Amino acid sequence: MDIIESLLGKARADIGAAADARALEQLRVDLLGKKGSVTELLKQLGGMAPDQRKAFGERVNKAKDEVGGLIDARKRSLADVALAQLLAAEAVDVTLPGRGTMPGGAHPLTRTIERIERLFAEQGFASVSGPEIEDDFHNFQALNIPESHPARAMQDTFYVQGGKKLLRTHTSPVQIRTLEKLVKSGGKPPVRIICPGRVYRKDLDRTHSPMFHQVEGLYVAEKVTLADLKYDLMSFLSRFFEREMEVMFRPSYFPFVEPGADVHIRWGDRWLEVMGCGMVHPNEFKAVGLDPEKYTGYAFGMGVERMAMLRYGVDDLRLFFNNDLRFLGQFS
Amino acid sequence: MKLPIQWLREWANPKADDAMLAAKLTRAGLECEVLDAPPTLANIVVGEIRAIAPHPQADRLRVCQVDTGGKAPSTIVCGAANARVGMKAPVALPGAKLPDGTEIRTAPLRGVESAGMLCSAKELALAEKSDGLLELDASAKVGTPIGAHLRLADATLALELTPNRGDCLSILGLSREISAVFGVPHRRPTIAATKVTSKRRYPVALESRADCARYAGRAIERIDPAARTPDWMRERLRRAGIRCIHPVVDVTNYVLLELGQPMHAFDCAKFGAAIKVRRAKAGEALKLLNEQDYALEARDLLITDGDKPLALAGIMGGAASGVGAQTTDIFLESAVFRPELVAATGRRLRLPSDALYRFERGVDPTLQRVALERATQLILEICGGAAGPITEAGALTPKAVVVKLRRARLDQLLGYAIPSAEVEASLRRLGLGVKLLGKTGWQATIPGHRYDLRLEVDLIEEAARLYGYERIPARAYPALLVPAPVPEARPVDRARATLIARGYQEVVTYAFVDAGLQGQLAPDAKAIPLDNPIADTLAHMRTTLWVGLIQAWRYNQQRQQKRMRLFEVGVCFRDEGGAVVETACLAALAAGPAVPEQWGQPQRATDFFDFKADVEALAGAGADVSFQPGEHPALHPRQTARLVRGGRPVGWAGPLHPRLVAALDLPEAPFLLELESAALGPAAVPRPGQVSEFPASRRDLALVMKDDVAAATLLAQAREAAGGCLREAGVFDVYRGAGLPNGFKSVALSLIFQDNSRTLTDVEVDSAVQAVTRRLRESLGASIRGEISGGVDQGGTGRSAV
Repeated sequence: MDIIESLLGKARADIGAAADARALEQLRVDLLGKKGSVTELLKQLGGMAPDQRKAFGERVNKAKDEVGGLIDARKRSLADVALAQLLAAEAVDVTLPGRGTMPGGAHPLTRTIERIERLFAEQGFASVSGPEIEDDFHNFQALNIPESHPARAMQDTFYVQGGKKLLRTHTSPVQIRTLEKLVKSGGKPPVRIICPGRVYRKDLDRTHSPMFHQVEGLYVAEKVTLADLKYDLMSFLSRFFEREMEVMFRPSYFPFVEPGADVHIRWGDRWLEVMGCGMVHPNEFKAVGLDPEKYTGYAFGMGVERMAMLRYGVDDLRLFFNNDLRFLGQFS
Repeated sequence: MKLPIQWLREWANPKADDAMLAAKLTRAGLECEVLDAPPTLANIVVGEIRAIAPHPQADRLRVCQVDTGGKAPSTIVCGAANARVGMKAPVALPGAKLPDGTEIRTAPLRGVESAGMLCSAKELALAEKSDGLLELDASAKVGTPIGAHLRLADATLALELTPNRGDCLSILGLSREISAVFGVPHRRPTIAATKVTSKRRYPVALESRADCARYAGRAIERIDPAARTPDWMRERLRRAGIRCIHPVVDVTNYVLLELGQPMHAFDCAKFGAAIKVRRAKAGEALKLLNEQDYALEARDLLITDGDKPLALAGIMGGAASGVGAQTTDIFLESAVFRPELVAATGRRLRLPSDALYRFERGVDPTLQRVALERATQLILEICGGAAGPITEAGALTPKAVVVKLRRARLDQLLGYAIPSAEVEASLRRLGLGVKLLGKTGWQATIPGHRYDLRLEVDLIEEAARLYGYERIPARAYPALLVPAPVPEARPVDRARATLIARGYQEVVTYAFVDAGLQGQLAPDAKAIPLDNPIADTLAHMRTTLWVGLIQAWRYNQQRQQKRMRLFEVGVCFRDEGGAVVETACLAALAAGPAVPEQWGQPQRATDFFDFKADVEALAGAGADVSFQPGEHPALHPRQTARLVRGGRPVGWAGPLHPRLVAALDLPEAPFLLELESAALGPAAVPRPGQVSEFPASRRDLALVMKDDVAAATLLAQAREAAGGCLREAGVFDVYRGAGLPNGFKSVALSLIFQDNSRTLTDVEVDSAVQAVTRRLRESLGASIRGEISGGVDQGGTGRSAV
């Protein structure tokens, strides 16, 4: 056998059998190093006839390239194997839960109020607040509900300080406070506000909580109309529920608005009452010192619990106040 | 209020069926629903007891011969005590099925064959309870099906009226409204004056016309005490939910339902010969028909006989002067009282009554005489007797009220122009006198029953209501907006988001709490008690949100929840020298392990610094809230931080005091935070400084000092001494124990130096470090334990882990 062929044969076998990078490096030295067997073959070239030399030289160089290539290839394959082993050793079960703390959550009523606030903010309603312990004037009288008015019996009131003050029964007093402040500071309408907040009525059963939440709305300017009110509430309801809602305005009575209406939405085969609304009563304008001939306005109010129950499909009001984490956690 | 629909239809009868009637009334603002007619009572007929014999086997049963219209009387065994010969009562014949499902067959009852059953009202589902057989009119025709005799095929309208529509609380009023809504004729029967046949006359005196605008009354003598209210009236009262008591009382109730005028009847034998309406005097008392005694006040309006109180005007009659089984002469009252007085007295004494319900909503001031005539007529019909002359006092013809409606105002308020013809027709249908004022509007004369119509806007509502709100189109409009300033972030919203991100769940608890628990948690705050709490445990306004948080924690803890992070945002209330102070607060509670139970991480209890990290995250970098050692009665005295902002205390953080943990029988001490919401903001607008391009040098120092040197003091002193090149100073380890004297600790301090314009030299940094060590030694007695390491921190990001 030709010396080159036999050398190559052995080199191929040795390289293939090399177990690690060190063995390969040794082979490189043995074959291609200064004293390596391939290098040695090249040294023989000097003693050859010119015609032989060219052919032999070409073959040795080819063999040298092949050996070099084989070593590099083997090196890469060994590295790949080593990496694969390393990666295998680092395998994790990606289905195990992540470590650390998961976020908590906002209360569904907060979430609902924030949604209502955002929708109205886009229509230019600023969010304002007022005291929860109110006086009779702001909670009743200025809202055209004089003492002995039957509407007072309808909303059983909690009193404090021997009847001097009361827990507000609705968010409507914020209407009065906002308009009073405006007039006192020499300002003029337009006023476009909503007031979310806690309210209190002496009622406790399956469908009533002695503390609950309302969002009041008020728009006062020159020439505000019932048609405007209908438009704003219809568009709000459709946006809140994210679908076109069928809305009905039914005549109703709240002493501080006239004409007054209950707002109902079509819910399956029923009409559900979700809001009360109407045009601000002239007596309310007079109570705060605005000219009812010059300004008109609309007001509305909705129960936050009611809106949350419909939006999230909650059928028991008490769930909002039990604070059971198994319930609240579902809103995270 | 409930009204039988047959009765209504006698007065106004639209073509609509009952369901449509209710639907259309509801859409006109009179909320109502139809209660269906009772099931038909087949094979139950009017029977007459012809003979009664004792039962041979049973003392309490009797054997009756009952004529049911057949050829021969039926033998029926009966246990009712009121069964008597000649009595007419419903008989369920064999084959009949009672509303409760009982099937009637001919069957032996203790050995006597009974061919049917004599029925009580309860057995026919006509009453909740009854005593004996349902007695029928003596004139009832034997054999007539009971359903036909009582005209039972009649639904009832249940109304839930808004307080402004007191005028619709009667057949007269509601039928008038039906006529207006449906545009059908209103058939109001004419009520003729009764012939006066008695001379008995009672003078009526009014102390104040403001209290009693009108009073009409008359005596009726010699009524038949044995008279019985006829079945047709009994049935109407029953369907309206009114119990039959005495023919005279039944008539007054009937007229109340029919016309809406509350009335009262007195027994003439039981009071003097005159009527005076006056306010109560101090010390007066009255026993009412409910047999309760009431102490009266100066605001209470009374009907008296000039001297002693007879009745609480507009609310309830007195027990002593009421009609009873022996009554032969009566005095009938038909009056109108000031709604405010009646309402105030009714509410103070907690006396709801049908009369009060109407008076506080208003009663037509022109109705008194008509109602009196109507009641007289019915009493004479049922009880006989002789009517005396009517005496009246007060405003006999109330002033006509005229209200103008401007076309322009109507259009302006609605944003839509209802055609003039429709406006006019609506007002007329409501019974208003309408005069056209050219093209500018109308002038309406308001009838007595619409005392709720006084302003132009009242007429606008009526016009819109009858036209139909649904026919007024919604309209997109250009709104004048005055946008409010938008803060960088609402501090409470940001705080809420921070806490939620850190695993806290928001709760909402009642603002009224148990005074006992609150007193333990916040003994220093003066709570505001409710005058009329819903429960003893919900009787005080909260001064702290901790009460609700601890209760919410306990609730969940008892439901196997271990690790809890809760917070609430809400108002706290306290009394400061009689003034109500409301403070918006945020509170948090942490209980259970430091991290949720999970694989690869050992469990350990939450400690102060776990909790403090949450508080720090909440307070944020912008809000300069500092933590100072403090004492709060509800918190662990050595682990409590008083939160201070701008020199003002704004809150507390720490674990619940072990004494309270034991007293409240709690399973562990939760960490508590309470902070005034105002301390959270306003969120600062970020003002970023320059970021240095040059490397930072870090030096770590280990210092031994007394245990009571606060980290904050140490860092403040270090910062001050280090000079302008110090960018950051921090504590990265605290050690106590072996190798240190008792009462001493070793604190590892990291100091990072960096300049914005050049690389600092070692000499500069070393001299700064020496200044720090010198200062700490001199001012805090800290000695160097050894400079642990030094070097260049190329990252420039601050503390590196050691």
